[in-house]
Amino acid sequence: MSSGTLYDKVWDLHQVAQLPGGSTQLFIGLHLIHEVTSPQAFAGLKDLGLSVRHPERTVATVDHIVPTTSQARPFADPLAEEMLATLEANCAEHGIPLHGIGSGRQGIVHVIAPELGLTQPGMTVACGDSHTSTHGAFGAIAFGIGTSQVRDVLASQSLAMGKLKVRRIWVEGRLQPGVFAKDLVLHVIRVLGVKGGVGYAYEFAGPAIDALSMEERMTLCNMAIEGGARCGYVNPDPITFDYLQGRPYAPAGEAWDAAVAWWRSLASGAEAVFDDEVRFDANSIAPTVTWGITPGQGIGVDETVPTLEQTEPDERPLAEEAYRYMDLQPGAPIAGTPVDVCFIGSCTNGRLSDLQAAAAVAKGRHVAPGIKAFVVPGSEQVAAAAEAEGLDQVFREAGFEWREPGCSMCLAMNPDRLEGRQISASSSNRNFKGRQGSATGRTLLMSPAMVAAAAIHGRVSDVRTLLNA
Amino acid sequence: MTTTPFPSGAIDAVSGTTVVVRGDDIDTDRIIPARFLKCVTFDALGPAAFADDRAELASGPSGPHPFDRPEHQGASLLLVNRNFGCGSSREHAPQALMRWGIRAVVGESFAEIFYGNCLALGIPCLVADHATMLAIQEVATAHRAETFRLDVASASLQGAGQRWGLDLAAGPQQMLVSGQWDATGQLLAHGEQLAATVARLPYLQGFAAV
Repeated sequence: MSSGTLYDKVWDLHQVAQLPGGSTQLFIGLHLIHEVTSPQAFAGLKDLGLSVRHPERTVATVDHIVPTTSQARPFADPLAEEMLATLEANCAEHGIPLHGIGSGRQGIVHVIAPELGLTQPGMTVACGDSHTSTHGAFGAIAFGIGTSQVRDVLASQSLAMGKLKVRRIWVEGRLQPGVFAKDLVLHVIRVLGVKGGVGYAYEFAGPAIDALSMEERMTLCNMAIEGGARCGYVNPDPITFDYLQGRPYAPAGEAWDAAVAWWRSLASGAEAVFDDEVRFDANSIAPTVTWGITPGQGIGVDETVPTLEQTEPDERPLAEEAYRYMDLQPGAPIAGTPVDVCFIGSCTNGRLSDLQAAAAVAKGRHVAPGIKAFVVPGSEQVAAAAEAEGLDQVFREAGFEWREPGCSMCLAMNPDRLEGRQISASSSNRNFKGRQGSATGRTLLMSPAMVAAAAIHGRVSDVRTLLNA
Repeated sequence: MTTTPFPSGAIDAVSGTTVVVRGDDIDTDRIIPARFLKCVTFDALGPAAFADDRAELASGPSGPHPFDRPEHQGASLLLVNRNFGCGSSREHAPQALMRWGIRAVVGESFAEIFYGNCLALGIPCLVADHATMLAIQEVATAHRAETFRLDVASASLQGAGQRWGLDLAAGPQQMLVSGQWDATGQLLAHGEQLAATVARLPYLQGFAAV
């Protein structure tokens, strides 16, 4: 059993009570809500005659259903309009701050909470969205919940939870040029599997993690859930503190120094005990691309689609299903696979540094004929920062569309979606069957720089060759 | 579609016919594709369960999907394999299954958020090891019209003259059989402890010494 880890310390501090069924009542320090998973929760609250216990610890935005072309109201899609109108009414009724379209602060919930300084080390963070694990990048314990649990957090600012085991994922070395946090996490999931993390929190640590920026750490923790781990985290350090200082909701003045001292004390110390540990070497990781229908079906861009013989026996049925669905040949190189659509954005890779990495590839080049390529900033702040340094122009001149912030083609709850058998190069997080909006559409997950390279060549390409050019 | 009432109160057992949906890593996008999430109530989700998988199989050689086979209409016990319900946290997935008629799930393993969502709706998810699960699925497939009985209190499944032992963690088991699977009331009962927690968390006290 783990002890002395950040997870243990934060868990202990937030314990409210032991519940009759044996689970723990855990206080939630920050509750993030959005338009998709909250309306039924508010309706449930009303049915029970309850109010929101801590509206000041609840923050709302709209992201999943917003169009990324015109965001004028009312939306063209009446269902999307109804969802946003319902969120607005619920937030107004209960006094919950809503960072709406045009506020300058709207965006994907897992992009805006960090950039506003809402997410801080040592917090428990819950949101009705599985990618809430993102916030673990700050040394928070953050996890996705369902709508009944959203109702419970609204009512009680707490949840009935069972404690997870803690696995340390120790990463030696340094990511090489052209290799990003996205490649690292796809590699980890490739090795440990999409079920490997079930029952665990993942602590990411080691020299390669220490060297990552906050935005890279967010990409890493974002996809912990794709490895089955409900939360992933990185211990807070000076990189964390530098990121937070001066942000709107970050502590200031005397409180800042006290906060930093407390945050430092939470990190897993030398005495920490983990339930298990897995080691990786960052130096050996290549740009990674998925070829199948789960995020665990990934390979280096210089590798070939694994054959059945190269696949563990219990993974073979899924591999066969993936060959059929993706129409990729076992044994064939993944590099050179033609793509139709190139999408840069999402809560995984829609931050400024992601757009900078993609723009560095796109600059002075042009999207290949017949390819639809578009860039969706993760938030209004990301869009403004990118435009201030001219990235929108770089992308436009290279033949990419520059869109308004939202979840976009990650999950097809808005007008951005694949059509028919189209195949995408996507910086998002899930390559599930039908995920991007066509029941037969296909997704190749990769880093934003790799998506840009795919757009330029019209096929999957090793971005390292473009960086050296 | 079912006319069986939704779960309420103590859940000691679930009886009904079975439906087998084979495969590992069946994610919640497959259980309920995202386009059906454009709603402000869960009411209409039942018919959309597995919508794209059902459409894909409808015309194929291995079709139709089990949810479209006449003998499985009215089934209440869903029999699955590993890591069922992975991916998105959408409660729409168990809501769709429940509204289609499912009242309990037996599988080799479940994604955690899905498992918690099911528990919050009073839908027990019990676990069988790989060999046992394959045996259960085989027997259930051979006895489609038969009523099986899932006993929550003893964590076992009976049907077609056989009985299989299953796993169910003590906490969820206690919550289900005591009728306390809906946590809201328990959470609200601890108002004082909630206030005490707020008072000791530095970030809720302006980082003043607490």
